[in-house]
Amino acid sequence: MAIVTGKNQRWRVLGAHALLVALLVVTLFPLAAVISISLRPGNFANGSLIPREISLEHWKLALGFDVTTADGVVVHPPFPVLLWLWNSIKVATIASALIVAISTTAAYAFARLKFAFKMPILNSMLLLQMFPPVLALVAIYAIFETIGNYVPALGLETHGGLIVAYLGGVATHVWTIRGYFETIPVEIEECAKVDGASHFQAFFRVLLPMAVPILMVVFVLAFVGTIIEYPVASILLREESNLTLAVGSKYYLADQKYLWGDFAAAAVLSGLPITVVFLAAQRWIVSGLTAGGVKE
Amino acid sequence: MTAATMNAFDWKRAMGAAVAAVVALGGLWLVFAIYSAGQPMLALGALALIASGLYVYLSRAALAWRYLFPGVIGMLLFVAFPLAYTMWIGFTNYSSTHLLSQARVKAYLLEQTVPDEEHSLEFTLHPDGDGLRLVLAPYEAASGAQRFVSPPLKLKGDKAETATMSALPADTALAPALSTRDVLTHRDALAALKLAMPDQRVLVYTGVHEFGPSAAVWRANADDSLTRLDDNKTYVPNNAEGFYIAADGDRLQPGYKVAVGFANYARMLADKEFRGPFLSIFVWTVVFAALSVALSLGVGCTLAVLLNWEALRFRTLYRTLLFLPYAVPGFISILVFKGLFNQNFGEINGILDAVFGIKPAWFADPLLARTMMVVVNTWLGYPYFLVLCTGLLKAIPVDLYEASAIAGARPLTNFFKITAPLIVKPLSPLIISAFAFNFNNFVLVSLLTNGRPDFLNTKIPAGTTDILVSYTYRIAFLDSGQNFGLAAAISTVIFFLVALLSFANLRVAARNARKG
Repeated sequence: MAIVTGKNQRWRVLGAHALLVALLVVTLFPLAAVISISLRPGNFANGSLIPREISLEHWKLALGFDVTTADGVVVHPPFPVLLWLWNSIKVATIASALIVAISTTAAYAFARLKFAFKMPILNSMLLLQMFPPVLALVAIYAIFETIGNYVPALGLETHGGLIVAYLGGVATHVWTIRGYFETIPVEIEECAKVDGASHFQAFFRVLLPMAVPILMVVFVLAFVGTIIEYPVASILLREESNLTLAVGSKYYLADQKYLWGDFAAAAVLSGLPITVVFLAAQRWIVSGLTAGGVKE
Repeated sequence: MTAATMNAFDWKRAMGAAVAAVVALGGLWLVFAIYSAGQPMLALGALALIASGLYVYLSRAALAWRYLFPGVIGMLLFVAFPLAYTMWIGFTNYSSTHLLSQARVKAYLLEQTVPDEEHSLEFTLHPDGDGLRLVLAPYEAASGAQRFVSPPLKLKGDKAETATMSALPADTALAPALSTRDVLTHRDALAALKLAMPDQRVLVYTGVHEFGPSAAVWRANADDSLTRLDDNKTYVPNNAEGFYIAADGDRLQPGYKVAVGFANYARMLADKEFRGPFLSIFVWTVVFAALSVALSLGVGCTLAVLLNWEALRFRTLYRTLLFLPYAVPGFISILVFKGLFNQNFGEINGILDAVFGIKPAWFADPLLARTMMVVVNTWLGYPYFLVLCTGLLKAIPVDLYEASAIAGARPLTNFFKITAPLIVKPLSPLIISAFAFNFNNFVLVSLLTNGRPDFLNTKIPAGTTDILVSYTYRIAFLDSGQNFGLAAAISTVIFFLVALLSFANLRVAARNARKG
């Protein structure tokens, strides 16, 4: 850019750097602090950001090992963090796979097939998605209580029920996949049909292989969305062994049993993989952002 | 078509028919189970769902719906229906004291029995072959008293069973009775056992050593009222209140679920004790959402403009690091802040104490707690606007800035005269949806403060940092009486606010699209 620079340009650059560095410190301080705290001995320790004494007790507890303190007391892990992580991953993986399957087929109908009330149906699905499930928690609780009376595997306190509850939120994914399908020329499928392929074969054998990138994007988006979901999981799951990470983590910081150090280790352990997935998917998530989605 | 493909086709059809038959049978069984449990409406809904599913996948006419069905049903069942159902609950008194329907409450009361201990008989168990005979005798019986005996019983498991008792001739020889400890091993079977006496009475297990008659507590009357047998007090169902009420005003627990019209809404507006905290929570919700959006937008866009400045080095590094708060899962970063702000052990007070010698009570003082909420939410929210603004800035033509440089404009003038006007329009729908999101930012409140510190002197606990959704959560699921009806009514109010915001959002987006 051919803009004439003034004399005070250097000072402005320096000022900008100072401002940015100050903001970086504020932004990164909590993240650095939590790593530091996870390595400090004790649950109430105050100290410098770089720990003077490294202790792995919190990490051992987070990974499910007993810890023996200096005076011979054996400390058991306070919470089954790895089990919670496994629960979270299990629920998120199954739910995301089902979400991808459901949204893909629906998106195919919206992109390729003709039927009555096509746009009104799509628009009302998108409109419904604007109401977050947190507003209907009472009803969701009552619904799953009722379902559990007849189909116990999908009732309260079950991961099946939680997965099913997550299957309602597909409208934005349908929208995304439909947009991608519409960029793929329909002639390819028509050729397949001329060669004798059925509707479903044209969809499954011809269109889907070309849409694998967007399916992976939707899978990752759904995965991140479900693994950090808190409100619905918090009412459907109450028993300690059933909890997902999002629901369980808060018990570390209960007023009567404050386990700051143990929490820090568990948070780093469980937060890191999710953060890495998120950063890897950043490009797609960011392009989804501008379409109107907001982070939970 | 060749013969091979014909065969494959038929095989598939047969499989399809088999699956459809299994689904239909399983579905019918489920519908019947629901219907026989006394839920006809629910059974009808399940029937409609299964029938429409079968129609869609079996009929040739509904090709598009084969692809649509799962997604549309998912949305209807788990998004649309909960919304409608919440609105309906808002018109009922559904709560922990009004959990069941009237029919279920009546059935529950009629099943209540009291053991009639005055007429209890002592029992002993005597081995006979591979079974046990149960012998009943009056307490401290004289040797001549009439005793009763059962046929040999297996006494295994806890399946309900009825044994017919007959009079025991006085001179019958029986094997020695089991010890108390051995009798106790059969307790589950005994508890499920009913004894039919020759005089038509039915005795049940009432204690370690005794069987006795049990008497119903309630009698149902033809006019739907219930009479308590031991004092002949009659309770009449009152469908306005959802209680069985006696003539003297005594209410029978539990109450039952009834529609109460606008009572929950009236409470929001008219009940003075409820209205006070409700209104301040409402105001705080709006202020919180507005402040969060304004600050996140301010910080995010300033950073975006700064990082768009080509004279600056390390811009990609800054951008990546500043994006981090967005990548860390919200439930973890919010809890991290909860710990960092802790009054005694937190790092933030550690620093404040070392530098200024103060230890603010972040979680006990309402104003500080609210400040903390906004600060944390800004930390969580600014990367979103940083990313958005960065994208929008790239779309502004560079020659505008070149022209302004020729005119000698300063950076601030550039921002307010060129940048801001050009990004405001595409940003506005996103600002509205961010406002709507923070208006319902349940996760932040729930994990950071849980609404505390509470208002003093309120009948239903209400927190100074509660926003409307977290308040409804408290009313429904936590310490405030499990009043689902009231919570649902407040949720319904929020629906309309969200609908209003969504409408505004669509209008703004549509206007932008029209003007290009």
